[in-house]
Amino acid sequence: MTKMKSPQDFAFSRRDLMRGAGALVVTAAGTSVGGRKARAALGSKVKPALHPAELDSFIHIGADGKVTAFFGKMDMGQGVDVAISQIVAEELDVTYAKVTTLLSDTGTSVNQGGASGSFAIKRGGHAMRHIAAEARRVLVEEAAKQLGVKPMALRVDDGVVSVKGNPRKKISYAEILQGRYFNHKLKWNKKYGNRLFSRGPAKPKSYKEYKVVGKPYPRIDVAGKVYGTSDFVTDIKVPGMVHGRVIHPEKAGTKIKSVDASSIKHIKGAQVVRQKDFLAVVADTEWDAVQAARDLKVTWTPSPKPFTKQKDLYNHIRKARVIKKKLDTNKGDVDGAFKSAAKVIEAEFEFPFQSHASMGPACAVVDTTSNPVMLWTGSQKAHYTAEGVERILKLKPGSVRGIWVPGPGSYGRNDAGDAAMQAAVLSKAVGKPVRVQGMRHEGTAWDPKNPASVHRCRAALDAKGNVLAYEFMSKAFDRQNVRSNESKPRDNLAGQALGVKLKPRTFFRSPEDIYTMPARRLGWEVIPPFLDRYSPLRTSHLRDPIGPQIHFASDQFHDMLAEEAGLDPVEYRLKYLVSKRDRDLIEAVAKKSGWQKRVGPNKGERGNILRGRGIGYALRSGCRVAIVSEVEVNKKTGKIWARKFTVSHDCGLIINPDGLTRTIHGNVGMAVSRILHEEVNFDEEMVTSVDWVSYPIVESPDAPEDIDVVLINRPDKPAQGAGEGSTRPVSGAVANAFYDATGVRMMRAPLSVERVKAALAKAKA
Amino acid sequence: MAKPQRMRLNVNGGHHIITVDPDMPLLYALRNDIGLNNPHFGCGLAQCGACTVHVNGKATRSCVTPVGSVKGKKIVTLTGLGTPEKPHPVQKAFLDEQVPQCGYCVNGWIMTAAEMLNKNPKLNDRQIREGLSGLKCRCGTHLAIHRAVKRAAKAMAS
Repeated sequence: MTKMKSPQDFAFSRRDLMRGAGALVVTAAGTSVGGRKARAALGSKVKPALHPAELDSFIHIGADGKVTAFFGKMDMGQGVDVAISQIVAEELDVTYAKVTTLLSDTGTSVNQGGASGSFAIKRGGHAMRHIAAEARRVLVEEAAKQLGVKPMALRVDDGVVSVKGNPRKKISYAEILQGRYFNHKLKWNKKYGNRLFSRGPAKPKSYKEYKVVGKPYPRIDVAGKVYGTSDFVTDIKVPGMVHGRVIHPEKAGTKIKSVDASSIKHIKGAQVVRQKDFLAVVADTEWDAVQAARDLKVTWTPSPKPFTKQKDLYNHIRKARVIKKKLDTNKGDVDGAFKSAAKVIEAEFEFPFQSHASMGPACAVVDTTSNPVMLWTGSQKAHYTAEGVERILKLKPGSVRGIWVPGPGSYGRNDAGDAAMQAAVLSKAVGKPVRVQGMRHEGTAWDPKNPASVHRCRAALDAKGNVLAYEFMSKAFDRQNVRSNESKPRDNLAGQALGVKLKPRTFFRSPEDIYTMPARRLGWEVIPPFLDRYSPLRTSHLRDPIGPQIHFASDQFHDMLAEEAGLDPVEYRLKYLVSKRDRDLIEAVAKKSGWQKRVGPNKGERGNILRGRGIGYALRSGCRVAIVSEVEVNKKTGKIWARKFTVSHDCGLIINPDGLTRTIHGNVGMAVSRILHEEVNFDEEMVTSVDWVSYPIVESPDAPEDIDVVLINRPDKPAQGAGEGSTRPVSGAVANAFYDATGVRMMRAPLSVERVKAALAKAKA
Repeated sequence: MAKPQRMRLNVNGGHHIITVDPDMPLLYALRNDIGLNNPHFGCGLAQCGACTVHVNGKATRSCVTPVGSVKGKKIVTLTGLGTPEKPHPVQKAFLDEQVPQCGYCVNGWIMTAAEMLNKNPKLNDRQIREGLSGLKCRCGTHLAIHRAVKRAAKAMAS
């Protein structure tokens, strides 16, 4: 099972890398196909250097007619590679089975941004659609020349170009290219990452002609995972590899006073690596490294107690200095409406720090002894992570080959980038390939967190309860104290330990401005971090960054306003939503869930188990989702079972309905865990959530028993990202369902057993 | 750190001679000394199940099982449970239901469900949900997991 990987396995000399020749691409020029020797007029024998303006950097057609798409993004189990293959097959007019999509690898793909902002289909797929269409155009044009007809006279069926009405007059893509490269230039928008877009003059197909897009092809990585035959990044082994473990401060903000290297001398070969505040052990075997990290005696400076007491967190946020403020929406006369209001409704909601708590602590392997330097990472952004390794090692751009291998969990800027930088520093220090993986407490306590926040909601009502003005202001920790892009040492723990200058990206974001009250003000304020560097409470992106926070508040507040106006929550949303796409979703979810209309909570509930239903609605970066949650609340135990969800979903054109449905299931499953269970605990000195007992997540008995999905396909509208949109309305829908069941509003997340019991006891008193 | 011992482990029907610290968790022996990557390090605390193997047919968390304690016992990992050619019904059901997303946890769910259904496939929905507690999935694929285990139970009971 163990695959010993050497740099030679990846067959890259520096010159190859510069040329961009893919190890996976075999040239077979001049082959005779179908007994007829076609003239090889198209393309070149040598692959042009990897570059966003080169068609060959995105698509290759082998002498066997098989198509390879090179995609600079990764997949964490939602089937992004399948969807990209579908898009490419569609535009090329080949069967899906002929296409393979290879994901993030700096040696084979250009930087399309990695997984980020649910942009795989929206931006990455959009680019690949145009590029594949251009590949088809080039091939058909060449076929026209060879067949002596006009391109318009040709059709393509599974990679065979033939004359319309004369199918015997034909030539295949494989015959045209004969394993050669297109050597064809694209018009590139000069941007890398999510915004990278390249195209030629070709116009992609109309959706009306789609044969492959929109069909439910299964994932291709499932069998390897179920039979244990595929590798995770944790499984990468290279000859001569040693094991590193980073020693974090016992208390946040403390510095190393002294290290007693003799404390690990009983472990043969174990050594200490210390550079400024970066401290680690390296040993020959993983178990030796684990023990060395455990046994190493380090004396730390006294704790500066950088954090507030956890019970004071939200008061701290309320009182803290504002370092940046922005109004995302400011429409109509908000202040005037509040002055003339018949009634003003106000509420404040609170959301805690949450951890990525990936299934396994992050892992990376870096080999600085090879040329190019090799990086294997589970990071969502292998291209940027490779740049980060270049920077921390002070190497020239292009000196590191970064290969994405599925990691032990994902969903935002978790600890993966940190592991990569740590492995790089250690590999250089010991002159060997180094594998780094943390222990559980590092995965939970030291990953970047989603920011804790307070949300102040206000509404000005007239005498009938009509909303004249709506105000939503968040005050929170920065959403990217370390940026989700891992290309800078300053955004990684190793860089911060080495003392690099910091530059956080200070921002938050409001709910999208979808409701049409006459006056609206939506904005945010960001406060300084507790500790500016090497903080276990540093913040960054966690799946649907800030979405669960703002919709926990806004969807509950809208329900409060509905009740005030004597409206059912569905009626209220339909009153203030005007766009057809929004309204269609609300109506679809109400119908499918069998929505019970009522104003205010379900007063008919008796006994120990109280039942309720609630709605949430969100627009996120073009993806619209309405969710109805049905819950059962156990009055005695305080346990909420979020039994059933009904989801109506509009992300424009659907590429793969099966993959989309499962992606929605995962979003809902994870979001349920976050709203019911998850809260990072800490004291004044350190994060105290260190494992699955101190940071519980949803378990099998409490998981939803049904998630009913209504997909609304809009084939005439651009495909939007669906990786995070259905996370967003879950928190509010569950809290609204809880209110419906109990008549109690939960102003603070999560709706944990203790908090529910306390809230119910308080309401009874 | 105990003195390294030479020992013979019976894994997936084959014998492996390794020389290791007997206090070392079985997980590291399987992954690093024998080269079986399917059990994963998730927590090292028996809280998540990613490291689960069968020891004499019983689902066991290899991250807290000293390797010295399983000498002479029959150890089975995910690759030993079944293969694409000859899958265990639970593996087949997990494939049919397209269960794993990131997939790092799935070893634990399959190995635990396989032991549970090997003992008694006639379990109701509630017994299945309860029987899988103590396992973690961060991607939130529980719905698919439950469907797959029910599907496997049906196949095994018939």
